[in-house]
Amino acid sequence: MGTVDTSPGTGQETKQETENDGGSSASARGTGPDARQRRGASRRADKLPASPGLRRAGGRLLTALGVVWAAATFTFLIQALLPGDRATLLLNQLTGQVQERTAEELAPINAQYGFDDPLIVQYLRFLGDLATGNLGESYQLHKPVASVIADQIGPTILLTVASLIVAWLISVVVIVGTAKRSRPVSALASGLEAVAAGLPQYWLGVILLVVFALNLGLFPVVGGTGFAGLVLPALTLGIPLAGFLGQVTRTEFEKAMDQPFALSARMRGMGDTGVRVRHVLRHSVLPGVTLSGWALGSLFSGAVIAESIFSRPGLGKILVTAVNSRDLPVVCGIVILVAAIYVVANLLVDLAYTLIDPRLKNS
Amino acid sequence: MTATLEHPSAAATATRQLLNVRNLNVSFTAGRGRPGAPNTQRYHVVKDVSLSLAAGECLAIVGESGSGKSVTARTLVGLPGGTARVQADALELAGHQVAELGERQWRQLRGREIGFVLQDALVSLDPLRPVGREIEEALRLHGWGNRRSRAAKAVELLASVGVPNPEIRARQRPDELSGGLRQRALIASAIALDPKLVIADEPTTALDVTVQAQILQLLAGMKDRGTGIVLISHDLSVVATLADQVAVMQGGAIVEQGPARRVLQDPQHEYTQALLDAVPSAHTKGTPLSKDGRARITATSRRIRTERPAEAPPVLQAEGLTKSYKGPDGVQRTVVRDVSFELGVGETLGIVGESGSGKSTTARMALAMLEPDAGRVLLDGGAWTGISTAARRSRRRLVTVVYQDPLSSFDPRWNAERILLDAISRTDFPTEAERTARAAELAGQVGLQTEHLAKHPLQLSGGQRQRLAIARALAPEPEVIVLDEAVSALDVSVQAQVLDLLSDLQQELGLSYLFISHDLGVIHHMSDRVLVMKDGLAVEQGSADQIFNSPRQPYTRELLASLPQLPSGAAATEGGLA
Repeated sequence: MGTVDTSPGTGQETKQETENDGGSSASARGTGPDARQRRGASRRADKLPASPGLRRAGGRLLTALGVVWAAATFTFLIQALLPGDRATLLLNQLTGQVQERTAEELAPINAQYGFDDPLIVQYLRFLGDLATGNLGESYQLHKPVASVIADQIGPTILLTVASLIVAWLISVVVIVGTAKRSRPVSALASGLEAVAAGLPQYWLGVILLVVFALNLGLFPVVGGTGFAGLVLPALTLGIPLAGFLGQVTRTEFEKAMDQPFALSARMRGMGDTGVRVRHVLRHSVLPGVTLSGWALGSLFSGAVIAESIFSRPGLGKILVTAVNSRDLPVVCGIVILVAAIYVVANLLVDLAYTLIDPRLKNS
Repeated sequence: MTATLEHPSAAATATRQLLNVRNLNVSFTAGRGRPGAPNTQRYHVVKDVSLSLAAGECLAIVGESGSGKSVTARTLVGLPGGTARVQADALELAGHQVAELGERQWRQLRGREIGFVLQDALVSLDPLRPVGREIEEALRLHGWGNRRSRAAKAVELLASVGVPNPEIRARQRPDELSGGLRQRALIASAIALDPKLVIADEPTTALDVTVQAQILQLLAGMKDRGTGIVLISHDLSVVATLADQVAVMQGGAIVEQGPARRVLQDPQHEYTQALLDAVPSAHTKGTPLSKDGRARITATSRRIRTERPAEAPPVLQAEGLTKSYKGPDGVQRTVVRDVSFELGVGETLGIVGESGSGKSTTARMALAMLEPDAGRVLLDGGAWTGISTAARRSRRRLVTVVYQDPLSSFDPRWNAERILLDAISRTDFPTEAERTARAAELAGQVGLQTEHLAKHPLQLSGGQRQRLAIARALAPEPEVIVLDEAVSALDVSVQAQVLDLLSDLQQELGLSYLFISHDLGVIHHMSDRVLVMKDGLAVEQGSADQIFNSPRQPYTRELLASLPQLPSGAAATEGGLA
């Protein structure tokens, strides 16, 4: 029951830290004198009358924690309630054989992992472990899930962020260049966006691999972690996303081009391109930014396709292996991580909103 | 591809001629065909327009929507828009022959030699940026100074157009500034480089009357310092305060042009005359404004409105209405404070005030759409607020409303007839045939033709839509109609027709109007009694003539003094500058 007692305290620590430094995963463990000091600091802050902005930020963080908690609970229930005995599964993986096990064989494993405890106890222990950053141990690799993920997360984050950047670059260039031009130009661009948005990532990935890596030899066939190896995977994920971004941005962009402030800027002596880049673009990106919050999480889970096509290291491969071998702790760990990334991405989106449109701060 | 402009010709500088336009024609391609394709149609929107302007003068181009005045103005800065084709015998601006200019050369002129001020700074300045940045941008585009000197100059410019605390204001966005301040900021961005010529397209539309007076004064000051001003407006009284020359446009052509006093006091063209007659004011009270109105009803058959019996029984009484709201910052604000009034049978009570004065909130409480925090409204002596919706339902039909923009209150998929049928009581008109007949009758009352009934709201003109809204308000046979800025979005001649219609309906049906407007002329024309509101308070209340001829409160006097006046024929006051 010791773990139960500590969990609220550690939970609070994590929350306060996210508030302080944006919740970087490195400091999320929340141990050491540093964390304690910070806890003291924010307790003093609690006594000050909270401004509406601070209250809103606090509310958002609570919601974010709620989402992660819900995802964790869901994965716990899947582990615990899915048909198939977990001890048998584990033992079969250890020995590499698939067979029924006797109670004597299973007893030590049940005791070691606590599979015999009441469900509620297992659940609270699971939450307590989660709060301290312990995601359990991989059935197959016999390493803590947290370190399995930590080893492989770098290339995946790199790929995800690169894909998002590529998507934005493509869509912004196409929009600024073609929106509100002559009919054929904007119709063609809009059509291409629709096609791009509909491209299946695995198909696009294979085509890019065959054309640019195998035939033209411009990029390595087996992607390493270097820049050259990043280009094709990022394009594979980025091009369909660029199509989506372009479609949601185009309407807003065309609306903003018709606004009087665009005409005002022209009448000050600004050129058409200047108006597009310096005024209109900012007015048209909000829907795209909203979409990006969703896209970041989705790219993270979509990375598996690009990683397997281009033989990149990353979480995608780990996930595929884990699913195939029913390595539940790893699968669950990744699911919780993706949930956390969705949450962080959406917090960033909220932040970006008020930076782009300061009027939203007051409403 | 040289980006420099030839020097202004010596001759032009000598005569200080800023604008010389001869036979300007602008046409647009309509339809989806490619330019030059046989199925495209060209619309000629500016026809043989000739204009001239000297330094230190103001030329006003007057006309209603669709007259081509805005396209003319935009052509003068090389931005007619879209598929425009521009032809002119002469097109000379600030000493430059601009007919053959390329885009790069145009850009050098815009902002530096010609400033352009659009209406409504809330959307004419980039709403996401501080106003100071917009002014700095005007300087930066023409290579003026460095970042720091531009920021300083922006503050200086804001101060020069009369913005208090310019250092703070420069860092605020348009939505954080009042209407007057942001319009000044917009003007500052247009005159940042001290252009010789300023084109102002409806610079005071959408502004309150006191703010309008300040902006007009600012423009007059620029004119005195030698700037040439082209003023585009639909508002003849605004034109009268500022213009030296007036050009009246109708259907893309100038129908009359000449010195302002001559055109406004002794108009030669019948269109100019009709425009001037359509302006509601003290002199037009009790007389029809539109030609049709005069044809239908002679002035003598009209009741002399000032002689109404004072003891008309009140149909609507408001006692001590108070309403407050909590703002986004959590501060409670009282928008209406202790407002009382009575509306007699067949009477019009005008509520006038600037934006934010609480007049619309008062109207909503009179409609019982909003419960007052304190006070009450009585309808025919019975409780109208403070009772349940169910208790109100049987009398709901007695008070109806017409808004400024009826479009948003119509289902766009319904045609006009269905909109009317929907408002007709099924108890009073049980059969389909009776309801259809009633809809036709209502349409007839508001001057809509049978063909209009089949149309959808978007296919109707602004005036027709407002007639439809009035017909719908009449459908349940109300005693009171609340008219909330009901004619404010209409062109002056259409407004005249709608005001005439409202007067006729009042006389025929014995309706009472609660007439809400920011337009003092309209209020004076329509109202028997007037309630002046400011900051949620009823500042002054009295008969229209008392309020307008001998106002007691300083605020009412200030409001009336701000009102731009048309020079009235015989009583020729100081024309030009006010």
